[in-house]
Amino acid sequence: MSILIAILLLALLAAAAAGGLAMATSSQSRDKAILTQQVDAVLPQTQCTRCGFSGCLPYAKAIVEGLADINRCPPGGEATIAELALLLGKPVKPLALDCLPMAPGVAGIIEELCIGCARCIKVCPVDAIIGAPRQMHTVIKSACTGCELCLPVCPTDCIVMYTAPLLTTLQPGQSASTISAGLSP
Amino acid sequence: MSIIEQVHQRFRGGLALPKHKELTRGKPILEAPIPPELIIPLRQHVGESAAVTVHVGQYVRRGEQIGRATDFLSAAVHASSSGRIIAIEDRVTPHPSGRKEPCVVIATDGEDASQGLPPWPNFHSLEHSTLRNRLRQCGVVGLGGAAFPTAAKLTYSPRRSIHTLILNAVECEPYLTCDESLLLERPQEILNGLEIMRHILQVPTAVIAIGENMSASLASLKEAIDAFSSQHVRIVVVPSLYPAGSEHQLVQMITGQEVPSGGLPSDLGVVTQNVATAAAVYRAVILGEPLTSRVVTITGQGITQPHNLRVRIGTPIQYLLDFCGGAVGSNHLVIMGGPMMGFALPNVASPVVKATNCLLMPGADELPGRGAAQPCIRCGFCVDACPVGLLPQQLYWHARANDLEAVQEHHLFDCIECGCCATVCPSQIPLVQYYRQAKREVAVHEQRREQATLARERYEHRLTRLGQQADTNLSQLTRLAASALDSPGDDFDFSADELQTAEITVKQAAIQAALDRVQAKKQATLSSPANDGNDGESS
Repeated sequence: MSILIAILLLALLAAAAAGGLAMATSSQSRDKAILTQQVDAVLPQTQCTRCGFSGCLPYAKAIVEGLADINRCPPGGEATIAELALLLGKPVKPLALDCLPMAPGVAGIIEELCIGCARCIKVCPVDAIIGAPRQMHTVIKSACTGCELCLPVCPTDCIVMYTAPLLTTLQPGQSASTISAGLSP
Repeated sequence: MSIIEQVHQRFRGGLALPKHKELTRGKPILEAPIPPELIIPLRQHVGESAAVTVHVGQYVRRGEQIGRATDFLSAAVHASSSGRIIAIEDRVTPHPSGRKEPCVVIATDGEDASQGLPPWPNFHSLEHSTLRNRLRQCGVVGLGGAAFPTAAKLTYSPRRSIHTLILNAVECEPYLTCDESLLLERPQEILNGLEIMRHILQVPTAVIAIGENMSASLASLKEAIDAFSSQHVRIVVVPSLYPAGSEHQLVQMITGQEVPSGGLPSDLGVVTQNVATAAAVYRAVILGEPLTSRVVTITGQGITQPHNLRVRIGTPIQYLLDFCGGAVGSNHLVIMGGPMMGFALPNVASPVVKATNCLLMPGADELPGRGAAQPCIRCGFCVDACPVGLLPQQLYWHARANDLEAVQEHHLFDCIECGCCATVCPSQIPLVQYYRQAKREVAVHEQRREQATLARERYEHRLTRLGQQADTNLSQLTRLAASALDSPGDDFDFSADELQTAEITVKQAAIQAALDRVQAKKQATLSSPANDGNDGESS
């Protein structure tokens, strides 16, 4: 009799454990989606692709899948690495050497040199450049993340990065709006 | 009914500080001379910088606008004497970090020719919006030290009914007597300004709050009110406790209600204004004079002759110190504002701005020394001293740990930075500096997060758009292929490959031509000296 009870108990335990495992596997994919979101929230959303992935969300997915290390985000720098380490319970590491560093800034177009080829518009990951073929383009500075992806595709090198105010000293006759149009650092 | 009343309720905490007001109390307000050079910053108020409306070489008169307000919280700036504009450039401004900001520099001609707006002595017949616009045009901002644009503060939605206007004449900060001297000498201007603001807000009663140790000013004010025969003005005498003149504490004493956390006095139906602001409102509306000067207390045992001076905005601080006889001995520390809420000026070449109420040069042992900070011993003195009811030591721990969530849970943004906690701290910890730093950190963090959210949204929208585009392209191709199959006997018998090659050749030719044009333009720009930038008539 006692043997039967023992067998029954063990069988019940095994069934419970099996059920638990099955539930864990099904919720694992959901957990991963949540974790990906959390990792993505830590990343600076520059979409600069310096990590080797096509954007911040793909990089976040790769981190969660264990395909990429946490030290591959140059614009986020040490702060982002520390936050990721805390979130994922991993040790803090220095920035990976093959991820090129990046200075914070905003792109601007030298209007005289723009030929309206629309190549920069195609590569901008956040649609921060507006213009049309054979029309002068311009950068929406409030939307620009400073990812510098538009620099190499420009055939006339008319895109430059600004880190400091554009203009602080007015020349005679210049309009007042020039100062207020200056970028804040 | 007596027009002089006592307060209903006291605020918690606060400190009874030595006042040191005798250095300048009762001295007449002197007119500071016109300096050879006026440096007028374009941003002297809380909001966005004013936009320049003048150019280098232009002749301007006193009261002429040199920068116009750009948004609701911005304020116009004006020339404070006549002369020629010699530069519009970055100069050192009175800021704790000594940072440079865009300024208009005027070489004065000493004639002080003026140009004002038409005077409006009969303001009662004017619309509120007209009067507010006049205040905006005249660049009137709060002169108590915060420099909040007055027109914005007098704008309230009709849903929030304002029932009390409080005129703040408490001047609780030690050493300062600029408001007190204005009350002694120009009570009429202040009462007129108060009437204008009462008219704009449509408020039935106005209260003038005055410190209990300001007996001479009280007498002068009472006399003026009697002469003015106004039934709508009361005087409330508040205890001389620091920070009784702080907006929220004052509202609490007068209305008996505490301003809610994160709220404004207008939530309680109250608006406060400083007495010097009232005088500026009077000058702007009734005389048509823009705000081009203010009263500044220059005091401390470190200055040879302490004075209350009427100073033109933009006067270099060094020039004023020289006018007051210069420093005593080898003292060089100059504090803008009072000893509690002021900051040490890194550079005395910076100008007086609309927010400059006091320049304090303390003597060698005048201010209590600040030794090196010791560890916090959890004595709790700061908790007793805090007039807002915060937990300064908890805030300090969390600020040191850079725990931005915890500091906000402890209501960091309700801190008024009065400095009571740091004054009573036996370990001499500069607590307020930690709170200021933490506020800044939170602001930067918020801004980064907003930018990241925007970038994420735009990135996701782009991906969606690209996906949709690919779908449409595919369906178009299918349709084209289908129609090509349907009509075999077409005149055009180019193959798809041939068409594509032709298209690419044309495109490449166009790009090459454009590149050549740019190259030519670049050459021209480089070789021409016109791009030098300094060849204009900037002399």
